[in-house]
Amino acid sequence: MADAALPAPIPRPKGLVWLLAISAFLVFSTWGASLAPWAFEMPRAWQVPFAETLSRFVKWLLNDASFGLFTFAELTRFIAAILDAPYRLVLAFLSSGSPEAGLPPMSWIGVTGLAAIAGHRAGGAPLALLIAVCFGFIAVFGRWESAMVTLASIVIAVPIGIAGGLAIGILAHRSRFIARAIIPVLDLMQTVPVFAYLVPILILFGFGPVAAIVATLIYAMPPMIRVTMLALSRVPAEIVDLGRMVGCSEPQMTWRVMVPAAKDALMLGANQVIMLSLNMVIIASMIGAGGLGFDVLSALRRLDFGAGLEAGLCIVALAIALDRLSQAFAGLKVNPATGGTWLSRHPHLFAGLCLLTLTYLAGLVWPWVETFPVAWEYTTGDFWSRVMREINVTYFDALEAIKTTLLLNLMIPVKRFLIDLPWLGVAALLAFAGLQLSGPRLALLTGSLTVLIALTGLWEQAMTTVYLCGVSVMFAMLIGVPIGIAAAERNWLWVGTRTVIDTLQTLPSFVYLMPAVMLFRVGDFTAMLAVVAYSVVPAIRYTVLGLRGVDSGLVEAGRAMGCTEGQILRRIKLKLALPEIMLGLNQTIMFALSMLVITALVGTRDLGQEVYIALTKANAGAGLVSGLCVAFIAIIADRLIQASAARMRAGLGLADGGRHES
Amino acid sequence: MASEPGRAPRLICRNVWKLFGPRAKTWLSTNGPSPSDDAISASGLVGAVRGIDLEVREGEIFVIMGLSGSGKSTLVRCLSRLIEPTGGEILYEGRDLLAMSEAEMMRIRRHKMGMVFQHFALLPHMSVLENVAFPLEVQGAGRSERETRARKVIALVGLEGREEAYPRELSGGQQQRVGIARSLAADPELWFLDEPFSALDPLIRREMQDEFLRLQRMLSKTIVFITHDFDEAIRLADRIAIMKDGKLEQVGTPEEIVITPSTPYVTEFTRAVPRAKVVRLGSVMVPADQPAPERCLPATATVAEAAPVFLDGVDRIGVTDKDGLTVGQIHRSAVIDLVLGGWKDG
Repeated sequence: MADAALPAPIPRPKGLVWLLAISAFLVFSTWGASLAPWAFEMPRAWQVPFAETLSRFVKWLLNDASFGLFTFAELTRFIAAILDAPYRLVLAFLSSGSPEAGLPPMSWIGVTGLAAIAGHRAGGAPLALLIAVCFGFIAVFGRWESAMVTLASIVIAVPIGIAGGLAIGILAHRSRFIARAIIPVLDLMQTVPVFAYLVPILILFGFGPVAAIVATLIYAMPPMIRVTMLALSRVPAEIVDLGRMVGCSEPQMTWRVMVPAAKDALMLGANQVIMLSLNMVIIASMIGAGGLGFDVLSALRRLDFGAGLEAGLCIVALAIALDRLSQAFAGLKVNPATGGTWLSRHPHLFAGLCLLTLTYLAGLVWPWVETFPVAWEYTTGDFWSRVMREINVTYFDALEAIKTTLLLNLMIPVKRFLIDLPWLGVAALLAFAGLQLSGPRLALLTGSLTVLIALTGLWEQAMTTVYLCGVSVMFAMLIGVPIGIAAAERNWLWVGTRTVIDTLQTLPSFVYLMPAVMLFRVGDFTAMLAVVAYSVVPAIRYTVLGLRGVDSGLVEAGRAMGCTEGQILRRIKLKLALPEIMLGLNQTIMFALSMLVITALVGTRDLGQEVYIALTKANAGAGLVSGLCVAFIAIIADRLIQASAARMRAGLGLADGGRHES
Repeated sequence: MASEPGRAPRLICRNVWKLFGPRAKTWLSTNGPSPSDDAISASGLVGAVRGIDLEVREGEIFVIMGLSGSGKSTLVRCLSRLIEPTGGEILYEGRDLLAMSEAEMMRIRRHKMGMVFQHFALLPHMSVLENVAFPLEVQGAGRSERETRARKVIALVGLEGREEAYPRELSGGQQQRVGIARSLAADPELWFLDEPFSALDPLIRREMQDEFLRLQRMLSKTIVFITHDFDEAIRLADRIAIMKDGKLEQVGTPEEIVITPSTPYVTEFTRAVPRAKVVRLGSVMVPADQPAPERCLPATATVAEAAPVFLDGVDRIGVTDKDGLTVGQIHRSAVIDLVLGGWKDG
């Protein structure tokens, strides 16, 4: 394929240029230290005190900021009050009851029954059964109280997240100005680790469930905004034309035409909000959410693997129940029933009301109806702790050997190499990559973000993050891609794999940390294991999607030409699936970075640790700056990989065109 | 269904332009009113609709025919200002639509215009009844009023009994019937159809064309019908406008276009059209001999329709005007020439 023959819209990267650039970079990195020491370690005088400035800003917000009519502090207090009142109400129903009125909370049978009835309404008996089992699971493992506290904050956060995301998404769809302003904010919010904005929230809203709900909203709302913008822009042009042609006013256009036409996609967004809110359960408990998240967190601090696993699984049970329930409601095609009495039209509502009344009355007579009896509870905590102890005693030497080998031969050398790199060289190389893969704009972005990281004075921590992330991603890809290739070829294997990775994805990230800590104690190796376990999912998923998406006609053509299965895989499928696998790599990196911050709990020395320290010291500025550095790393990786995937796709498109001509 | 030249124009386009690109409006006003193609491409703008002049007459089926990219869909959207034209005038009831406020335009769209879309554009969350009643709902009509009216139009397009069905439960042809019913619900005067049958199978398409002609005989709307299918244009049109690269190539009755195509581009389309199916007896008749022929056909009948009559051994047939008076005759040999020679270049 001669370059000159291709009317390539984007010039192909020249191998020689890359070779020269990388050689220059390596030469500079090796021998440049004596020439220009300032290029290796950012001189103190040049560092910018971003953290102090930000801290001052947050303090100013809290103490002095005013919008004329009211101060910022009054605004946060107002928001807190708005959130607090409904939260107290829901909590009273689910968990605390109302001591003043002498009313008990809803009984465990009542809540389970109501959820099951809702499941029956949306998905029939199988869903009702699944939901009952999930709630029963929580009750049996003695987490009912905690689960209801968690459920109460979810019940408040989810509708606000959905409605707020929808509203902002609609505004952004209507006005290009708002859209342009909001997209970079969304990019940042989705890449900044949650820990980073816990501190300012903590300072502004105080420790407690309200702060936790605010944090959950900030985390769970951006995807809903994005989904709304995307869904509305994908409404067919003809439907938009129709709305204007029949003379819709703006509200009619939005609520009668656009939103209903985009309903399916919007429902997916709503489901995302639910799942992300549940993802936040543990992290939110750090600033006072309580509930199941707090159970996991305290078990983790006690290194009580069994208890932590059980509480974690209860979160999963809650997640599964809410996920399936919301999906079933989303898929429900409403054909409103007509005729008959009120009763026959609303059997589920009636059954729910009956159930509530009956369980309330029964609860007065038999206490076990109201609260799940302790005698019926069951725990496997001891069992797991014993298993862990056994493994540790029996396989200690083997585990230790694995850990030491990998650390000495791979991880530490990589870490040394990266930390010793000059920031100036790295910035130049990344800018060069941006220029080659896309153009001056990307070069400017990658280069300047790298310099910004260096200016914060957190270069060493940032490179530690890059090293942990890089090694973990490498392992995740080494494990995930072969599994993906194997699963793409065999349907039964894919069905099995998909069930496993879907479950893995609903597990709260903290759960990954526990077995790793149990087996390998704290340190980089443990962190890496947890990150690999968490980030292998997208590596598998995208590989399978990519391979399965290859045009079956091309595979047939290969077979007709007499290719062996191996040749078809290597020469056709993998080649064409490469852009998709690149996107998988991208997602793997994003997953790895978000998990890395959490692994700060097991004593890494990267940016995550900085964020975590800032959290414990309630230092808003330091937390935000370290968090933003993580976000910058994520953005640099994301943009570079997207650009190279786009280039690859363009290249394959050209190759496709050539094939059609022949 | 020959056009009657006496009918008054209802919708008039004067030098309508649509240029895509940044600051197109300013550019057109300084370089206008009719910039050359070279000037447009030099400015970096894209000319989708270039200087269109046309008149749609009351009660006629005016077909705009063009291949993809010819600007026909843009033009029909300019007529209702779904796309804002860059320049020109569009006159309706003596007023320029382009000078109207958005509120006035909304009123005109609500009460005077109906549109049928290529991919039906049915709202998936509404039943057939609700979809058809939607234009009335938007206008604020009460439930019983709009449903009565909707049921009437649904019956008109032959979908009674399916009122409670949802779009996803209907076939393509049925969905487009819903689209047609909806466009008629507000009883508009101007009826825009944007490639309404292009997404349908050929057999269904033919059935829907017949259905469309039947409706038009009953309703006599002023119609702008967009198509990329020349046969469909010939079959349905009172007059056809052929578009290419945003400009009109030729406007005329199907017969005029087939018999005297004005540009090589139009000739290409007419090449494959059997003359006998387009040419009407009125255009090829000669003065009648005595005695008057026994069998007679109206002057508006096509030669192809007349041909079977000769199978009965008749030598010549009379041609009558719309009052039934014999105005001429056509001889067997002339018909044979047209039927057999119809595929040759005109």
